Amino acid sequence: MLRFIRKRALASLISLIGLLVMVFFLSRLTGDPASLFLPVEASAEMKAEFRALHGLDQPLLVQFGQYVGNVVTGDLGESLRKARPALDVVLEAFTWTLWLAVITMTLVTVCAIVVGSLAAFRTGGFFDRFSSMLSLIGASVPDFWLAIVAIVIFAIQLSWLPTSGTGTLTHWILPICVLFVRPFGIIVQVVRGSMISALSSAYVKTARAKGVKSGPIIFVHALRNAMLPVITVIGDQAASLLNGAVVIETIFGFPGVGKLMIDSILQRDFNVVLAAILVTAFAIFLMNLVIDLAYALLDPRIRY
Amino acid sequence: MADHLLEVRNLSVDFHTASGVVHAVRNISYHLDRGETLAILGESGSGKSVSSSAIMNLIDMPPGKITSGEILLDGKDLFKMNAEQRREVNGRRIAMIFQDPLSHLNPVYTVGWQMREALKTHGISSTQAQNEALRLFKRVALPDPERALDKYPHEFSGGQRQRVMIAMALALKPDLLIADEPTTALDVTVQAEVLALLKELQRETGMGVLIITHDLGVVSEVADRVVVMEKGQLVESGTVREVYHNPQHAYTKKLISAAPGKGEMHEPEASGDAILSVKDARKFYGGFEALKGVSFDLKAGETVAVVGESGSGKSTLARILLRLEEADGGTAKWKGKDLFTMSPGDLFKLRRDLQMVFQDPTQSLNPRMTVYQLISEAWVIHPEILPKAKWRERVAELLGQVGLSAEHMGRYPHQFSGGQRQRIAIARALALEPQLIVCDEAVSALDVSVQAQVITLLDKLRKEMGIAFIFIAHDLPLVRDFADYVMVMQKGEVVEFGTVAQVFDNPQKPYTQALLAASLDPDPDVQAANRNARLATAS
Repeated sequence: MLRFIRKRALASLISLIGLLVMVFFLSRLTGDPASLFLPVEASAEMKAEFRALHGLDQPLLVQFGQYVGNVVTGDLGESLRKARPALDVVLEAFTWTLWLAVITMTLVTVCAIVVGSLAAFRTGGFFDRFSSMLSLIGASVPDFWLAIVAIVIFAIQLSWLPTSGTGTLTHWILPICVLFVRPFGIIVQVVRGSMISALSSAYVKTARAKGVKSGPIIFVHALRNAMLPVITVIGDQAASLLNGAVVIETIFGFPGVGKLMIDSILQRDFNVVLAAILVTAFAIFLMNLVIDLAYALLDPRIRY
Repeated sequence: MADHLLEVRNLSVDFHTASGVVHAVRNISYHLDRGETLAILGESGSGKSVSSSAIMNLIDMPPGKITSGEILLDGKDLFKMNAEQRREVNGRRIAMIFQDPLSHLNPVYTVGWQMREALKTHGISSTQAQNEALRLFKRVALPDPERALDKYPHEFSGGQRQRVMIAMALALKPDLLIADEPTTALDVTVQAEVLALLKELQRETGMGVLIITHDLGVVSEVADRVVVMEKGQLVESGTVREVYHNPQHAYTKKLISAAPGKGEMHEPEASGDAILSVKDARKFYGGFEALKGVSFDLKAGETVAVVGESGSGKSTLARILLRLEEADGGTAKWKGKDLFTMSPGDLFKLRRDLQMVFQDPTQSLNPRMTVYQLISEAWVIHPEILPKAKWRERVAELLGQVGLSAEHMGRYPHQFSGGQRQRIAIARALALEPQLIVCDEAVSALDVSVQAQVITLLDKLRKEMGIAFIFIAHDLPLVRDFADYVMVMQKGEVVEFGTVAQVFDNPQKPYTQALLAASLDPDPDVQAANRNARLATAS
């Protein structure tokens, strides 16, 4: 088990380094921060001074060497814009995103499992057809459109909820509801398919022959077996939320890591971009590890 | 008149499928009393399992529909009960064990959990369930019962898993036990043990046993009475002895005459040099030695049967001979060249001479290829055998040889029955004009009557084309009818090698003797005599 974790950590470290190299150089191709940060009328000397101050006048390779050296010691540099450590800026935004992702995915998982399982139990019945239609719509509707429509209806016309920003609990409702839709649609389909095959399996027949009630047959016997493919998809969907739901966060003015990343790219705030990528990559690595461990927990035949 | 324990009256079940309504069983009636064993004998598609599924309420409706009849348990009609009453009957009054215990046990829960669930479902407290589970595990003689409770199904052997199933089924002392092909997936010696255990438990509890099987041997070993089913209809019923010695219906007669193990034994007649000479073949899987030095010779037109139970290394032997896996030692001279060390180029040419027919034709035939494509694919790979213009003609010829016809060429595998599919697989092997065909349990999955046809076909090919066979099987009577030589394997070693007559009439090694003793005879009198002899030696 420990060996497995070590092996996975090492593999992830390699991809992390690759990512770092790529993002570092690519982001520097996008333009010069000095011309964005300083007023348009700033003189060439002022720009040179700004570059020298932030080490941007050095050759790229030297900059990269310095950056890597700092990263190793835990220093991800300063945010140009905010004049604070980039890591602090990112972690602050990431906390928002993390909460958003955790709440949304918990709701999605619970709802999708219940709906998908019940649909599978009576395949072809009314509930099955209804939920299939619903999940198909959910999986295919564009989220930015849904977000705007939701704002128009619930925030502007009905005035039940705030249009954007943060502050109260009601600010969370619309972003969560909109983010809920797509993963819910996808996961319901996966749960349904996986549960149909689990419910038609031989061990379910045995359970019925033992006289086990329908509830435990669905949620104890079949579900645990059906969870493996479901977990993979849950992980996949959660990863895309952790990356920052860029569009949704922007529309709702939600101070998450997705919005931060877009803003920092536009402002050439390189250190923040890199820090944001490192933090989310690390979070996704952790999540994948948890998923692998969940496999072993659910299925005793899987051992690392 | 007292009620029977179980009475099935005029039961008819339909299944609504895409291609129309299938009458799975039509107007069948039978009954069973306490302490009695009734066998339902039939081949695949006969509907033999349908009535038991109806008893257990395991038929999915839709697509299934019970169109007529009643099932009485102690005089009470199961169909008139509500869902909750029906559920209470399952497990408590009627219990069931199945063919394949690995897939019928939930893989993600310990067997102890599954045992306790059976008990707790019917209102027994947790602590009592734990004690009861342990007692039952001891009763079915599982090794180390305390620790066994905490293990998962995959951690047991096939025979042990079936013991777990039996313990679970008997947990609530049911009045009726339904056993659906309970030993089909097991080795012969394990089969004998499991059947003996069932008999013993029946004597103890006085339950009625309904056993569903395709195997006349199982019927003669355990049943008092038998009903024979064909295509959804009950064609004959009576005591086992009556039915075996004096079958009335044509189908029963056919079934009994198709049972292998009664024909003439072959005398090896091939002469000349060996075409294959295996010396000291070895294979390791990690630290586990699957083959511990196997040697034998094979001449053209000769059949060597490799028999043994699971784990004996017989399939490993087939795989290394065909270079599907690499051997770890020894030589196998094919016409003077060593198969095991041959270069890829030579091996490619050799593939023509060596062909394999697998156990499950459903899996070994690509479902998206037509019969024509399946058979002619061999010539795409080895174009020197036949010019393309002649392919159709030759495919038709090959289909004729295996008892199919040219018009089958455009069809897909799923449009055929199991036996026909295995013939297609044989035709495909023949397309390369091989000199040796390795059959790995090639007829095990087939019905007895189909088995007989396929064996007759293979024997014809052997005589007419001089093809040699390595025939891997666990079914001894079948081997007796078909092979020239028998090689008995156990734990990667050859225990005994000899002609069929030597091995079957005068086995030398205790393991061979045990295998033969455990093999079931379809004749109830012979079987009773065997059983008594076995008990006599045991005591």
